[in-house]
Amino acid sequence: MGKFIRIKKGFNINLAGKAAPKVTPVEHSDTYAVKPTDFQGMYLPKVLVKEGDTVKAGTPLFHDKRHTNVVHVAPVSGEVVEVKRGEKRKLLEIRILADKQVDYQSFKKYSTSDIASLSVDEAKKAMLEGGVWPNIVQRPFGFIADPEAKPKAIHVSAFDTHPLAPDYSILFKGQDQYFQVGLDILKKFTSGNVHVNVHTTSEISSVFSQTKGVELNKFSGPHPAGCVGVQIHHIDPINKGDVVWTLNPFGVIQIGKLFLNGVHDASRLIALVGSEVKDPQYYKTYTGASIKNLIKDKLTNDHVRIVSGNVLTGTRVGQDGYVGFFDNYVTVIPEGDYYEFLGWIAPSASKVSFHRAFGLFSFLNGNKEFKVDSNTHGEPRAFVQTGVFERVTPMDILPTYLLKSILAEDVDEMEELGIYEVIEEDLALCEFVDVSKHNVQQILRDGIELLQNS
Amino acid sequence: MKFLRNQFDKVKHNFEKGGKLEKYYYAYEALETFAFSPNTVNGEKGAQIRDAVDLKRLMMTVIIAMIPCLLFGIWNVGHQHFLAIGEPGAALADKIWIGSIKVLPIVIVSYAVGLGVEFVFATIRRHPVNEGYLVTGMLIPLVLPPDIPLWQVAIATIFAVIIGKEAFGGTGMNVLNVALTARAFLYFAYPSDISGDVWTYFGDASPVAGFSGATPLSIGASSLTTGENVLNSLNQFGAGWADGIYSFSNLFIGAMPGSIGETSTLMCLIGGLILVATGVGSWKIILSVFAGSYFMAFGLNLIGANEFMLMPAHYHLVIGGLAFGAVFMATDPVTAAQTESGKWIYGFLIGVLTIIIRVFNPAYPEGVMLAILLMNVFAPLIDYYVVSANKKRRLKRATV
Repeated sequence: MGKFIRIKKGFNINLAGKAAPKVTPVEHSDTYAVKPTDFQGMYLPKVLVKEGDTVKAGTPLFHDKRHTNVVHVAPVSGEVVEVKRGEKRKLLEIRILADKQVDYQSFKKYSTSDIASLSVDEAKKAMLEGGVWPNIVQRPFGFIADPEAKPKAIHVSAFDTHPLAPDYSILFKGQDQYFQVGLDILKKFTSGNVHVNVHTTSEISSVFSQTKGVELNKFSGPHPAGCVGVQIHHIDPINKGDVVWTLNPFGVIQIGKLFLNGVHDASRLIALVGSEVKDPQYYKTYTGASIKNLIKDKLTNDHVRIVSGNVLTGTRVGQDGYVGFFDNYVTVIPEGDYYEFLGWIAPSASKVSFHRAFGLFSFLNGNKEFKVDSNTHGEPRAFVQTGVFERVTPMDILPTYLLKSILAEDVDEMEELGIYEVIEEDLALCEFVDVSKHNVQQILRDGIELLQNS
Repeated sequence: MKFLRNQFDKVKHNFEKGGKLEKYYYAYEALETFAFSPNTVNGEKGAQIRDAVDLKRLMMTVIIAMIPCLLFGIWNVGHQHFLAIGEPGAALADKIWIGSIKVLPIVIVSYAVGLGVEFVFATIRRHPVNEGYLVTGMLIPLVLPPDIPLWQVAIATIFAVIIGKEAFGGTGMNVLNVALTARAFLYFAYPSDISGDVWTYFGDASPVAGFSGATPLSIGASSLTTGENVLNSLNQFGAGWADGIYSFSNLFIGAMPGSIGETSTLMCLIGGLILVATGVGSWKIILSVFAGSYFMAFGLNLIGANEFMLMPAHYHLVIGGLAFGAVFMATDPVTAAQTESGKWIYGFLIGVLTIIIRVFNPAYPEGVMLAILLMNVFAPLIDYYVVSANKKRRLKRATV
C-alpha cells in the first residue's frame, strides 16, 4: 500500500494558454537535435559521429567521457548535418536532418516471460545500448544515473503541477503495457521500492493506477507537489550517502518499448502552451523536435519568449532551438523587455503575485488565468524579507539558510541543511516569489558543483 | 511619460560602463528605477517569469501602514499643544497646522539626510541603493518627540545609517534596527532633549495652570517612591486642563503626549492589520510581543511587591511605545529572528523584557526600545538553535 500525503505549502501559478485535450500530428520536422546541455553534470561529451554520417533512430551520437557506456542516441533516422559547438568547443547540440520515414536500429526483443527472468546485468546492458539510460536521473544532484550505483528506491512522479503542465493521462494514453514493463525492468535495480506517485485532484489515468508491483502513493495540494524531490522527501527522504533514481513516465515507457519492440522509440506528444499560442494543444512528434516546425503559424505575435519546458525551470530556446530531452511541453509567453512607469508601485490586477503587498490583487482572484511576461519586475537586492521561501517549500528544509550557506561556500553547512534532497525544480518557486530577485536555481546548482568538487 | 523616458535614455550612456559618470551609476540607477521599473528580463535557464512584487513595493506597503500613525501624530501634536496652553477648543485645522509645521520638517530632514548618506555610500561602495531607507526614514520621525531640534535629527540619522547599517555592509546585513539606533543615539547623547517634559510642543505660549508633562510611564515610575496607586494617579491626571487624558480608553486612542507617531495604540493596530493582511509583517512577532508583555505584566500583578507592579497588566499594552514597537520595529525582517519558530521566541522575549525594564529600571522608563535592540542582538542566537534543531532532525533520520 502506498502513502497518502497532503501537501499544504506551495503556490499554483495560474497562467493563460492551457492545452486543449486534442492531439494533432505535426508536420515531420526537417531537423531534430540532441543537446548535451539538457543533462546536468555532463562531463566532456565525446562525439561519436561526424557531419555527413547517416544514423538510424537508436544510433549512438555521443557519450559522457566518465561513463563511456552511457550513450546518447539519435531520436530519429537521417543525416548528421551539424555538430554545433560553443565557447571553448563546448558541445551544444548535434542536429540530424530527418528522413521522411523513421528507420529504426533493431535491438533485442523480449517477451513478457523473458523479462521476468532477465538478470540485472542483462537489463542494464540492453538499456545502455538502447540509449534509454539517460532517462534515469539520480538524486542527489540530478545527474544521469551512474550504472554502477545501487539505488535505495526508484521514484516516478506521475503528474506535473508546474504552470500550464500537460495532462499525463493524455500524454501517455494507451501506454499501459509499456509503462508496466518499464517498471518491471527498473524494479530489478533496487532492493527497495519503486514508487509511482499520483495526484488525487484529477482522475488518475489507468496507465498509472493499474500498475502492479509498485507502491502507488497519492498526493494532494499545490505545486510543487508534483516535483519528485518533494515526493521523495515525504515518502523516504534522501540522506547523505543515499542514491535514489527518478524517472519521468516517458522514460519508463521508452524503456518498456525498447524491451517489447526492440527499438529506441522517441515518438512522443509535446504540448504547445502559453498565452501567445493560438489554439494550444498537443502535437505528435519526436524527442528533440525543432521549435520552428512546432510553432509554425501557431503564434499570435513575434515578440515572444519560447521556453522548452515550463516557465519555472525551463530553458529559453528561441525560434531556431529544439525541445529539450526531458520536456513534455513548450511554453510561449510575451517577452518582457519594457519599461513601466512607476511600475514598482502602480496597482495592478493583471500581474500575478504570491504576495499581497500593496497594489497586487491577484490573490483576490484565484481562478483567473494570468498572462505573464518575462520581465523581472524589479532589481536584485540583498536578502530582506524572511519566511517567504518556507511558505512555498513543503519540505523540512530552510531554503534561505541553505542558499546563504552556498553563497558562503560552506560545504559542511550545505550538507547539514539538506542540499542532498533538492535540485533546481524543488526550489524553483522560491526563485519566482523572491522579493530580492535572486537566481535561486543557479545558486543551488553552484552549490551542488562546489560539493562535487570539494 | 515618454518625455521622461527619453530624458533617462539620453543620459544613460554617461553612467554605464565606460561613460564619464560611470562611478555615479548606482545613484542614477536608483533614480531611474524609481521612475520606471526596469526592462530587464529573466535569464536563459531557470525561472522565466517572476512575481510582480519587488523590494520597493514591499517597503511602500510598510510606509502605507505607517500613514495612520503619521496623520494621527500630526493631529495629536497640535491637539496636545492647544491642551497644554489651555485652549482645548481650538479648531481642527489649527491643530493640524501646528502639527504639520512641527512634524513635516522632521520627516523631511530624516529623508533628506538619510537618503543622502545612502547615495554617498552606494557610490563609494558600488552597491545599489537599497529601499530599506524608505521605511527607516519614516520610522525615525515617528519615534521622536515633536520638539526635537532638527540638527539632532540629522546627526542621529547619519549615525544610525553609517554605524547601524553601512558599517555592517548595508541593507540586509545590519544587526540593529536602524531607526531604533537613531533613537537610542539621541537618548544617550542628548538625554535632556528626549526625556522629561519634552513630549508637548509649546511654541511661544506658556503652559496652562496645573499642567504637568508626566507620561503614564513616569507616573508609574514615580509611584515607586510615592507609594500611590498608579491607577488612581492615572485617572486623576490632567484634572482641570485635560480631564481623563490617561483613562484607559484615551490611552488606547492615543490623544496624549508622547513621541510623534507612537501614542496611539489604535493607529498602530490599524497599521499592524495592514502589515498582517498584506503578509509583509510577521503576525507571529506582533502577537507574541503583546503576549509576552501581558504575560510578564500579569505575573508582576500576582507578585505585587510595589505599586507599579500592581498596575493592571492591560495598561502596559497601551502606554509608551509598546504597540508601535511591536508592529513596526520588532517586525523588521532583517533584524528580527528569521526562522518561523524563532519569531515566536523573539517576540515573546521582547514583550517580557519591555515590562522588566519598565518596572524594575525606572531610569529607562521606555523599555520597548531597549528590549528590541537587545533582542536584535540575540535574534541570530535564537535562529542558530532553530536551525540546529532542523539539522539534528535530518541527522537523526540518517542513522535509522
